[in-house]
Amino acid sequence: MTTLIVNGIKQTVDVDSSMPLLWVLRERLHLTGTKFGCGMAQCGACTVHVNGKAIRSCVTSVASVEDQEITTIEGLAQENDGLHPLQQAWIDEQVPQCGYCQSGQLMSAAALLTNNSTPTDADIDTAMQGNICRCGMYGRIRKAIRTVAVVQHFDPAQSDELKEKQNA
Amino acid sequence: MHKWTRRGFISTGIIAGGGLIVGVTLPLGHRAPGLAHLVTTEGETLVNAWVKLGSDNMATVIVPHSEMGQGAQTALSQMLADEMDLDWNMVRFEEAPAVSEYANYALGKGFILGNVDIPKVLVPAVDGLFLIASKTLGLQVTGGSASVRATGVLGMRVAGAAAREMLQSAAADAWQVPVNEITTENSHLVHQPSSRRATYAEFATAAAEITPSSTPKFKDPSEFKIMGQKVQRHDIPSKVDGSAKFAMDVQLPDMLYATVQRAPVFNGRIAQLDDSAARKVAGVVDVVKLPGGEDSDGLLGYNQNGDAVAVVANGYWQAQQGLRQLTVQWDNTGNESVTSESIFEQFNRDLTARKGRETDTVQGDVDKASTGAARLVEADYRVPFLAHACMEPLNATAHVSEGHCEIWVGCQNPLGFRDVVADELGFDADNVTVHNLFMGGGFGRKANPDYAIQAALVSAKVGRPVQLIWSREEDIRQDFYRPAVQSRFRAALGENGELLSWENTYVDKHEPIEAPLIPYSVAAQDIGHVASPTHVPFGPWRSVDHSQHGFFIESFIDELATAARTDPYEYRATLLKDKPRHLAVLQKAATEANWHSQLAEGRGRGIAIHESFGSLVAQVVEVTVTEGKVSVDRVVVAVDAGFAVSPDGLTAQIESGVVYGLTAALYGEISIADGAVAQSNFHDYQALRMADAPLIETHIINSGETWGGAGEPGTPVIAPALANAVFDATGIRVRQLPLKNYDLDYRIEETGEVA
Ligand code: FES
Ligand code: FES
Repeated sequence: MTTLIVNGIKQTVDVDSSMPLLWVLRERLHLTGTKFGCGMAQCGACTVHVNGKAIRSCVTSVASVEDQEITTIEGLAQENDGLHPLQQAWIDEQVPQCGYCQSGQLMSAAALLTNNSTPTDADIDTAMQGNICRCGMYGRIRKAIRTVAVVQHFDPAQSDELKEKQNA
Repeated sequence: MHKWTRRGFISTGIIAGGGLIVGVTLPLGHRAPGLAHLVTTEGETLVNAWVKLGSDNMATVIVPHSEMGQGAQTALSQMLADEMDLDWNMVRFEEAPAVSEYANYALGKGFILGNVDIPKVLVPAVDGLFLIASKTLGLQVTGGSASVRATGVLGMRVAGAAAREMLQSAAADAWQVPVNEITTENSHLVHQPSSRRATYAEFATAAAEITPSSTPKFKDPSEFKIMGQKVQRHDIPSKVDGSAKFAMDVQLPDMLYATVQRAPVFNGRIAQLDDSAARKVAGVVDVVKLPGGEDSDGLLGYNQNGDAVAVVANGYWQAQQGLRQLTVQWDNTGNESVTSESIFEQFNRDLTARKGRETDTVQGDVDKASTGAARLVEADYRVPFLAHACMEPLNATAHVSEGHCEIWVGCQNPLGFRDVVADELGFDADNVTVHNLFMGGGFGRKANPDYAIQAALVSAKVGRPVQLIWSREEDIRQDFYRPAVQSRFRAALGENGELLSWENTYVDKHEPIEAPLIPYSVAAQDIGHVASPTHVPFGPWRSVDHSQHGFFIESFIDELATAARTDPYEYRATLLKDKPRHLAVLQKAATEANWHSQLAEGRGRGIAIHESFGSLVAQVVEVTVTEGKVSVDRVVVAVDAGFAVSPDGLTAQIESGVVYGLTAALYGEISIADGAVAQSNFHDYQALRMADAPLIETHIINSGETWGGAGEPGTPVIAPALANAVFDATGIRVRQLPLKNYDLDYRIEETGEVA
């Protein structure tokens, strides 16, 4: 039995300890928002947060994240009411095409902004380097991340809220 | 007989030259009463085949195209809604069910007739004919950039305008006023003189009794309210919170998971299988042999011949563990020594032999033209096989039980899938139900139903619902590839560099037939092809044959400009002076890119133009080459699709098409070694990533010409524009893709060519 804390909820699963987190999330916990794209940490479709850091769940064994705080796309908005600012920006900029890569893109972008609320373009490139979008929406993804970064940076209310969150 | 080619369609005998229209008396008539049970629930009225109204006045558009991110469902709904004068906030849409009544006759018609104008009086008969043809062939395809230009123009606009007219007559009847006094706005009917106003819903039932017109009056573009506007795509909110349902997200009670390996050398057979170790892996339930099919060619040659083995388990990962433990001896049926080198040697031989050469076009006399020429320019170009690498690896979920099969899939042709799955199971098509979900990318791959057949056969064998998922490795190695092609050119130039003749022979022709034709005015032309088949399965890949010929033609014309010592933009413009639409697009791209401005040392600029699927696209690419590394800085695009129904949708499709083509131009290469594909995953079949993605600026021209496609026309232009920019920066002429195989650091002075 392995205990996982997923989107704030404690869950117990009875699986082989080397089973990748991706498949535990999808098949055992029915959280299908996290996607399978390559199975070898090449595409980023399976990105989730472990203790706030972006990781590739396809190469992360379930045993290695026992008792850690895991956040998936389904839990991204939890802290804010409704949508995470990035999700709203994704809608405003009409980012997704097929949408299959977007859970992973959003999770990578969210982890970036949590640690660095004013990323440069080079910071964005580095954080997003592991995420492929075969529909080629890179320009829109970058724009959406920038809008949120700017708002968070210049809107005192939002950035205070963010600081609180970071200090919490 | 599941090939879907223009020739194939025609050869079914349903259409035969002049016999196409004459003697056919099968108007569509009033289909809604027979369809209502398929698509309506309590309180809804199906006004005509493609639109229903709820008692709350909400309209639902029934869209016969799948969604793979191209936004077609939104654009098509805009077209119907505008012609029907619907309130856009009161519009929903749903995908048409995969039943033959919803075969896409408009698509068949657009595909076969192209832009042929049909006399108005014959339209009903022709529509009836195409419905029958589409049903026969299971036609419900999404591809060919056809959604807007065929289904939209021939289907959705007609349906919207007809529905509006039906509602008007119903109201005129009830109010006892002349129908021409009734106007419509925002899902309402209005009779100004008597100040009467009613919702569409109030007259839906009465309107549904009326037979829709096949030739209703369209709006003039100046009257459009929804077409041409930026609207939000309906599918996007579900794609930012993980709730969108892709095929792989289907989970059924009691469901097992399976994964599969097909013969690595195409067409291989299982000589011997030892599955004892696989069966011992924890979670593995069964191992299933899947014998290969017999016919494997053509656009929709749906089955590769190779045998396959599937491992069934209580999870995908468990099934993968099992698959690794299989010991299979393959009989490679003689193809085990084929390599990319041997394939290109074969192409080279066949191009030289010219045996059985067929012509695409002959104009003037190329031999005469080249005899008196001041200069001959010759070049051979090559492009490799390419995989589609959709973001979502192929998968399908099937439940076969008691003579019925239910299947959940993301595909580009639900009706076609239904028919072939039924065939394979030996069922009547009526006993197969297809649920089509969002596709995580399609690009042409998901028109081939091999993966759905596998899921159905495995479910039939184990007697439980099965979700069959391909590994990325299988997805790359068992594709229907964009064909590798070699193309040979010879052109004659006059004293002042004027283009006297254009000769071109290439291997392996597929669709669409016009792909290798040139827009330039050259008096003597001879374009043709020779057959040179390989054992590598092929299929449609975003823009089909345009992806190769766009690169060949637009690179070679650039070489000719250099040989003529003329600016490549000016050279093209001169040869296009009789083509105002082309010229406008070319000029727009050049102007927006500031074509004549100076660039710094190490930077370069290239231009290209190509027409495909009814749309014209020109691109200017700027690159910087530093120590042999190419950085693509900026892509300026001008596009004329006639009219942009959904301008942001068109822009997004252009951006997408450019990146897809850029990935291929920079890195894309499927190579064959020992008869099998050498690449396997994104580490060796690379995709463009954010840091390397250029700034893309899209400029739309609404010329008012016949409406064209959006999903593909951006793709064929980027490779030549890029290669021409690299030439501008380095003097190295790129005649083979991908670019990563070039050593651009070593500067070859092509003085012999250029001087
Ligand atoms: S599926 Fe994990 S990185 Fe691709
Ligand atoms: S939106 Fe399709 S892969 Fe990114």
